[in-house]
Amino acid sequence: MVLYAFLCIAAAVFIGGLGVRIWAYAATPVPLRIPVTPAPLTRSGVVMRLFWEVVLFRSLFNASKWTWLFGWAFHATLLFVLLTHLRYFVQPAWMWLGLVQDLGGYAGLAMVAALVALAGRRLFVPRISAVTAPSDYLALALLIAIGLSGLAMKFVFHTDIVAVKAFALGLVYLDPQPLPLDPFLIIHLSLVAVLLVVFPFSKLLHGAALFFNPTRNQPDDLRESRYAPRITRNGVPAARSDTA
Amino acid sequence: MAVTLGFDASKAGQGDPQELPALRPGAMAASKSYPASSAQQQLLGFPGELVDQWQIKAIAKLGELVQRSRALKVALDACVKCGACTDKCQFFLGSGDPKNMPAARQELLRKVYRRYFTWAGKHMPWLVGAEDLTEATLDEWYIYFHQCSQCRRCAVACPFGIDTAEVSMAAREIMDSIGKGQRYCNEIIGKVLTIGNNLGLKKHALAATLEGLEEEIKEETGVDVKLPLDVEGADILLVAPSADFFAEPHIASLIGYGKVLHEAGLSWTFSSHASEAGNFGMFIGSSENMQRVLERVGDAVRALKVKRLVVGECGHAWRVAYNFWNTLAGPYETLDPAYPIPQHICELTYDLWRAGKLRFDKSKNDHIRLTYHDSCNPARASRIGPDPGSQFEIPRALLRATCNHFYDMAPGTIRENTFCCGGGGGLLTDELMEVRLRGAQPRMRALRDVADEHGVTHMAMICAICKAQFTTVLPQFGFESDGVVGVHQMISNAIVLTGSVQAQEYEARLASAGNGDVAAGGKR
Repeated sequence: MVLYAFLCIAAAVFIGGLGVRIWAYAATPVPLRIPVTPAPLTRSGVVMRLFWEVVLFRSLFNASKWTWLFGWAFHATLLFVLLTHLRYFVQPAWMWLGLVQDLGGYAGLAMVAALVALAGRRLFVPRISAVTAPSDYLALALLIAIGLSGLAMKFVFHTDIVAVKAFALGLVYLDPQPLPLDPFLIIHLSLVAVLLVVFPFSKLLHGAALFFNPTRNQPDDLRESRYAPRITRNGVPAARSDTA
Repeated sequence: MAVTLGFDASKAGQGDPQELPALRPGAMAASKSYPASSAQQQLLGFPGELVDQWQIKAIAKLGELVQRSRALKVALDACVKCGACTDKCQFFLGSGDPKNMPAARQELLRKVYRRYFTWAGKHMPWLVGAEDLTEATLDEWYIYFHQCSQCRRCAVACPFGIDTAEVSMAAREIMDSIGKGQRYCNEIIGKVLTIGNNLGLKKHALAATLEGLEEEIKEETGVDVKLPLDVEGADILLVAPSADFFAEPHIASLIGYGKVLHEAGLSWTFSSHASEAGNFGMFIGSSENMQRVLERVGDAVRALKVKRLVVGECGHAWRVAYNFWNTLAGPYETLDPAYPIPQHICELTYDLWRAGKLRFDKSKNDHIRLTYHDSCNPARASRIGPDPGSQFEIPRALLRATCNHFYDMAPGTIRENTFCCGGGGGLLTDELMEVRLRGAQPRMRALRDVADEHGVTHMAMICAICKAQFTTVLPQFGFESDGVVGVHQMISNAIVLTGSVQAQEYEARLASAGNGDVAAGGKR
């Protein structure tokens, strides 16, 4: 039940932290138009630009193929793995979750492989290790440990997933249920709780930056409409008329 | 100018432009620009010397800037150190100094930000790479944020669009605010504020120069091309970088502007009050100073009662004009909204040419085998023409229309992946010569490739800083310094002015050819 409480707190910190951080980004002004060009000319063009960045990591693909391969593979398989976990939280489980489930194991293996590759890059490419701090390795280690403990249960030390599902639904409905005392499960869930707490306050939140960065989310329409935010970069009022 | 500095340009100029160097920690630590004098600082509203309790003030300034600029906040929060940017900076490729890798350059500011503004950095600095702001750190800021040309090549690579230019602007702004400014930038801003242009040219000097150039054009062509100054009621105000009035090869492009506007029969003028398109306020991240500089343009628009605003060949000036003029000093209610505000001289010339109002005799550039260097700011920070990316096509179209021999450099080194010339962003000063040479290395290698493969002799560009930088560094890499040309210099060579001696000869040639062979290369 300690773990139940810890997970509840972690989830609350995760959601609250995410909210606070995203609010902080949204509330920070953008004093000037600074899109990296060539940039789309319209808002809908910006939506497409961000769409391809989110779905295919387009800039990263153009910049560094290996980093893209490992990074994209990790995120794509992570999404897959998260979907397989959905079935612990919905009752009755949706039909298509069964299909996802069949491939979940392979996705998990691929995810850990991608993480190991990213760690290898960080360790052995001098340019990258030169900009790496201990917390960067720790984030990778945390994700790898979560992945490995999950895979251990999937392939070797099977756990009582009916009881796990009861526990998970108990989290959703705030109705504590007992958890099988299985060491891999406890490790797995404890690390997930740690991840949830750390996520909003670390570089792991980088996804939000993608949507908020003016270099990518501003359209290039400066000669068509005057950009007149409330304040300029230094907080001096925009000159003369403030009307856009 | 003697340039040795342990950098052998003749060797460095050969090879793959994007070749990765071995890491050489501290390799560029000795390249440090001169500090601004007390008077230079105070003119811009900054303290003259390093202030008491500078750490506290610098940290407070950092906090203030992060609250006021989301781009900076994102840059300091979101880097995952994926490494995609680490092989993109020309100053790293040329030097191997790891602090010239964009992520590492940002990290100089980020580690201080973490220490004072994040929970983990306050309580576990060793874990997250947070560090106190010490004198050594301030010194590193000064060195390495003046080895960034704010070219945004790394921002294109970054999966989150983190822009090192924003970080280096913020760092320079913090340093200025505690009395640690750079002489080159701040001296130049002072000159614009007091005299009107970066070179400190006074009105009578400008007038005399323009008069001399008119005579030169008359001698060359037999046509009275006017280069008007301060003409009230002219339709167009042309704002050019002041280098165009005096420096080589810039001046040849200024002659080109004059010929184009004359041939099209447009009414236009320069302004002595706003005789500078450049705006180094951007380089030091100071909106106040950027705004003060560009107020002069607004003044001139009103005083001269012009209807259109056109900007000459200058990269960062175009970024400031295109992106910031209207926000910081607009709206320009008196200008005619039927024309783009502002308009780039290349757009104007391109439209005139497409409309059949200009004739080019390409054979006048037959001695030139040409390539084009995309300058950072028009490439990655602004736009020329109607479409995303038309900033790459319009200058090339003009060059192809005026020269029979045009060859692009390798794909990874042009357009949005173009290299900085090595002198942009406030680095174009003699004491940073080693930085400039090393930063130029990737571009010089790409140029070497087309020189070897296609016999390219000249490189065209639309940036005053690029022109000055390349004129200096080209000879170090074994090229002729007069291989640097402006786009409007190429146009100036080829344009056929109505009633000129060139026109007579051109028309005679057309007549004797009897068919469209020559005409195909000219008017369309």
